[in-house]
Parts: sequence; structure tokens; C-alpha cells
Amino acid sequence: MNIRSRLSTAIASQYFPFFVTVSLFIILYIAGIMNYRGFTHAQVFYNLFIDNAPLIIVTVGVTFTLLIGGIDLSVGSVVALVCMSLAYLLKNTSIPVFAAVPLVLLIGIAVGFIQGYLITMFDMQPFIITLAGMFFCRGLTAVISRNTIIIDNPAYAALASERIRIFDTGFISVGAIVAIIVLILATIFLKYTKTGRTIFAIGGSESSASLMGLPVFKTKILVYIISGFCSALAGIVYSWIMLSGYTLHGLGMEMDAIASSVIGGTLLTGGVGFMPGTLFGVLIQGIILTFITFQGTLSAWWTKIVVGALLCVFIIMQALITEHKNKLSSSSSIKSDK
Amino acid sequence: MNKFKKITSSSMFLPLFALGILLLFNIVFVNDFLAISMENGHLYGRLIDILSRSSSLIILSLGMTFVIATSGIDISVGAVVAISAAICCMLIGGRGDGIPEHPMILAMLAGIGIGVICGIWNGLLVSKIKIQPVVATLILMVAGRGIAQLLTQGQIITVYYKPFSYIGANIPGSILPTPIFIAALMVLLVILILKKTSLGLFIQSVGINPTASRYAGINVVLIIFLVYAFSGFCAGVSGLIESSLIRAADANNAGLNMEMDAILAVALGGTLLSGGKFYIGGSIIGAITIQTLTTTMYAIGVSSDQLPVVKAITVIILCLVQSKKFQTVFNSWKNKRQSQKVVDRT
Repeated sequence: MNIRSRLSTAIASQYFPFFVTVSLFIILYIAGIMNYRGFTHAQVFYNLFIDNAPLIIVTVGVTFTLLIGGIDLSVGSVVALVCMSLAYLLKNTSIPVFAAVPLVLLIGIAVGFIQGYLITMFDMQPFIITLAGMFFCRGLTAVISRNTIIIDNPAYAALASERIRIFDTGFISVGAIVAIIVLILATIFLKYTKTGRTIFAIGGSESSASLMGLPVFKTKILVYIISGFCSALAGIVYSWIMLSGYTLHGLGMEMDAIASSVIGGTLLTGGVGFMPGTLFGVLIQGIILTFITFQGTLSAWWTKIVVGALLCVFIIMQALITEHKNKLSSSSSIKSDK
Repeated sequence: MNKFKKITSSSMFLPLFALGILLLFNIVFVNDFLAISMENGHLYGRLIDILSRSSSLIILSLGMTFVIATSGIDISVGAVVAISAAICCMLIGGRGDGIPEHPMILAMLAGIGIGVICGIWNGLLVSKIKIQPVVATLILMVAGRGIAQLLTQGQIITVYYKPFSYIGANIPGSILPTPIFIAALMVLLVILILKKTSLGLFIQSVGINPTASRYAGINVVLIIFLVYAFSGFCAGVSGLIESSLIRAADANNAGLNMEMDAILAVALGGTLLSGGKFYIGGSIIGAITIQTLTTTMYAIGVSSDQLPVVKAITVIILCLVQSKKFQTVFNSWKNKRQSQKVVDRT
């Protein structure tokens, strides 16, 4: 095996995009340390998790839908809907916090189920249904209240501002811990359960999966429920950061989540993806934002442009890798024929 | 019965029916809905308003119809509208004394040109690099508003140059608002292309089966590329109208959610979202219907941020009606009921 063929098998490997993402993250971090003194603080690293906890959770959900070759555009507006419902419930009713939280989680599950059912049952394009879902939830948020509702429940606010110290190097929020737990659970679920492997099979080829006798119908609906649940959970974590409900919360979050997932190595055609990669996808976006804050002279819209450019590079890389893989598999089949 | 079936199965039935119901609702519940008056040499009235406001949507849905006919989708049109508006207003400049920094015609051409460039970018990604349309246009949707903000330096450029407002309002001496003429011109252009060339047929066949079309000798890559470029062109033109209406470039809000309205208009017009046969006339009526819906909702006191609920429900119902599987499920349910009735009778 010479270097060239070794390289080409490495590129075709499932984990290649993951390694590219991780190396990009490390390069960006080193560049940050070299340019700005503040970057060496461990807290800068922890802040990436604290600020992006909702996005990490949303991205986990979106990755599930991308894995089966679908898409979920409704996540950002579900975040807004959940924040708003929670704020409304805590402000205008006497429902205690521990009852309100499961109630709003149910909203996410319901939205996910309806979308999943419509998509699977009637063979509709996931893109168009979840786009409608996005508009529906965003509109419903405005129906509940057009003004900002502040969450001033003392117990809830205390939980939101809780900080956990890590070995005297800095601190982390409850939301960040929730995000990490969700990520770990999702990774284990995808790798080691039957349903998790069914998800990959559906993404690879839906008709083959159903011919194999896998429960395609149920699994597809489950995936959209997971996505809805994740966005509802992200909504709760988001409300810990914002402590309010507002119509424009989480605006454009679906795009950030899809971008993170793609940068993290999820193939948009479905069937290929690695959950920890999505974490790095989110962290790369976070680090770009940190760069912009440290720089001080750049404006926030640069994030959008840089993320768009990164998305473009990664999508084109995906297309090239897929083509490379196809070539590789056809050439190997020729070899085995000989 | 047969005649009734023929009418209801016509492609124009659904959009015209929806438009009719909305108009009827308006005539009954909104005062002076049909009234058109003449003031200062301009025609005023709610109907004129709706027609004028729907112009930019009509233009967008023309481009979108072709894109959807090739079984693609372009979700970047809203962002492209913002970019086009930004370029146009930036070149004219926000000088308070109303003197343009560059000639207006140059600024307009630049606005349309940037739209075409955006379309070409989308087209290259979809046709050459073969990325799924949703994802390829997603890139521009994410980055587009950032680019527009970069152009306007994050500010809203207000244009005081008088002739610029003529694009969105009336040219002195004309009785109808300019957007209606622009939309009519674009429709005419599209009809001319469809009648004089066989591009329409090619687009349709690419949408039905790209592989078979390639074997039949159609340059599929070129067709798909052209379709996206044209969609960008349409977005550029409607960017001019949108910015002229408010006489400013607002990178955050120009063309916001317009992609949804355009897709909705095309779907309402009878073009299947899975591609294939397309109906330009249906899309135009669809766009007017959407605008009427928006105006009606405002008239009965639904605020702009609550409006999406109504539109989302409309989309889902439309998709359900279009879905083949839903039709078979519905038909089998109907048959079952009928046979149940027969059983009951005997």
C-alpha cells in the first residue's frame, strides 16, 4: 500500500470530515491564543459551551433528521414557542416550575410528531412541511404575546444563574451540562442501539431498509419527535440564558444548526454522520463569534458571512468526497472482478 | 357532472377558487373594497393596492415556478432581494439633498446584475457541483443577509432622490402604480420565452426525469443553471421594487419570508413541488391570492407576526391536497364509505 492509496482510503473514511473539523477548531484556537492574550484563559473555552448550549442541543436534534435524509427547519421557532409558553405559564398561571417544564417539553414532542406523521404518512417533502411548521410556531408565539414576557420566578432564575466550578479554572452553567449530557446520550443511542442503527440504514437507502424489514415508518416519526424534543429542551436552556419569552428568540437558529451539523461531518444526503462532530461544528461557530468580540472592530454580520463561507466549503468538500468514494468503490469492484 | 369535474380538475381552478372566496369575504366584510377613485391623476383603491403590492411577489414566483418545475427549490430569494436592494440604494446614496451619487439607471442595473450573479452562483452549485437545491441555496440564505449588511455597513440607507420612489409608486402622469407595469413586462417576457422557444418543454422534461432528458439530447446542466440564474434575476428586479417602496435598503427586513410566499404561490398555482408540469398563469393568480390573503388578514386585525400561522396552515393543506398518497388514502376511505352505504341499504 503506497502513500497515495492510503491517503485515498483515509479521505473515503467515515471520520475524515470529523478530523478536518477538529483540526480546524484547533487551528482556530491556536490562532486565537497567538493573537489575543485573553484566549489562554480556560474560561474562554468554557464560555463556548455556556453561550452555545442551546445550539448544541438543537444541532443534535437536527443531525438526527439529516441522518435519515430529511431536514427540520422548525427548530428555531420551537425554541421561541417554548420560551414564550414557559414565560407565559410562569407569569400568568400558578403552575409550579416542575410542572411547567414537562408541559412545554410536550409542545416540542407534539410539533415533532405532527411533522413526522405528515411527512411519513403522506410522503411529503420534509423541507416544505417543516418550513410550514417553522412559520406556524413563530406565528403561534406571536399569538401568545407580541411583547416580551420576563421570567421572574425566583426558583427558576436561581437555577438559571447557577454556576458550577471546574477545578478552580473557571465555571460552567447548568445549561452547558444539559447540552453535554444530551450529546453523550445521542452518541450512545446512535452507536449502540437497534433504533440508532436503523436510522443510519434509512439514511443510506430507505427502500432497502424497509425491504430488510426494519421499522421505517416508526423510526422516521421517532426521529422527528427527537428533533422536536431536542428543540424544546434547547428552548428551556435558552430561557435560562434569556430569562424571557419573545417572538424573535432563536431566529435563524435552524440555519446555524444545519450549518454546524454539516461542518461537523453530517452528510446532507443522509446516512453518514458522527455526533461528536456536531459539537465541534457548533464550537467553530462559537469561536468565530469569540474572535469577533475579541477583535472589537468587526461587526456581528461577519459571523453570518464566515459561517456561510464555511458551509459552502464543507458542502463542496462533501460533494467531492462522495464522488471520490464512488470512484474508489467502482475501481475496487473492478479489481475484485479481475 | 362531467362538466363540473372538468372545471374542478383544471389547473387554474384552485387558485381562482381561493381568490374568489377571499374577494367575496372582502366585499362582504370590508367597507368600500371595490371602490376605485381618481385623485391627482392616480387611481386609488384597495384592489389597485393589492395588485401593486403583489407585483414583486408575482415576479419572484415566475422565477420560482421554473426552479420548482425542474424539481428544485430556491430558498435564497429573500436574501437576494435584500442584497439587490442594498446595492441599488448604496449606489444612489443616502444624500439628504436628493442628489444621486451615481445615475439611477446604473444603480438599477447593478441591483438586477447582483441578483443575476447570485442566481448564477446558485445555478453553478446545483447544476455543476450537483448539490441538492435546498442546501445549495441555503448557503446564500445564511450568508446573503450578512452580505447585504456588509454593503450597507449595518445601517438603513434612506434614499432621498425623488425619481427612485417612482419605481414603487407612480411615475408622474401614469394612472397606475409602476410595479404593475414591471410585473406585466416580466410576465410578457416569460410568455415570449415560452412561446418562441422550447425552453418550457425542456424544463418540464428535466423536472420529470433528468436522466431520460439527457439521453434525449437536452443539456440538463445548462437548463438547470439557466433556471436558477433567472430566479436570481427575478429576485433582483423585485429587490428594486421592495427598496423603492420604503425608499430605503433595510438589510434585515427587505424580502423577509418572501421565499415562503413565493413557494406558496407556486404550489397554489398547481405546480407540483416534486417538479414536472408547471403553470405560469396559476403562479401569477397564486401570488395575487397570497397578497389578498395578507391584506385581508391585516384588515381583520391579525398582526404581521401572527400572520404566519394562517399561511402555514394553508401550505400544509395545499401539500396534503397535492400529495398522491393522501389522495389514495382519501379515495379508499370514500369507497369504503360508499360500500358501507350499499351494505346498509341492502
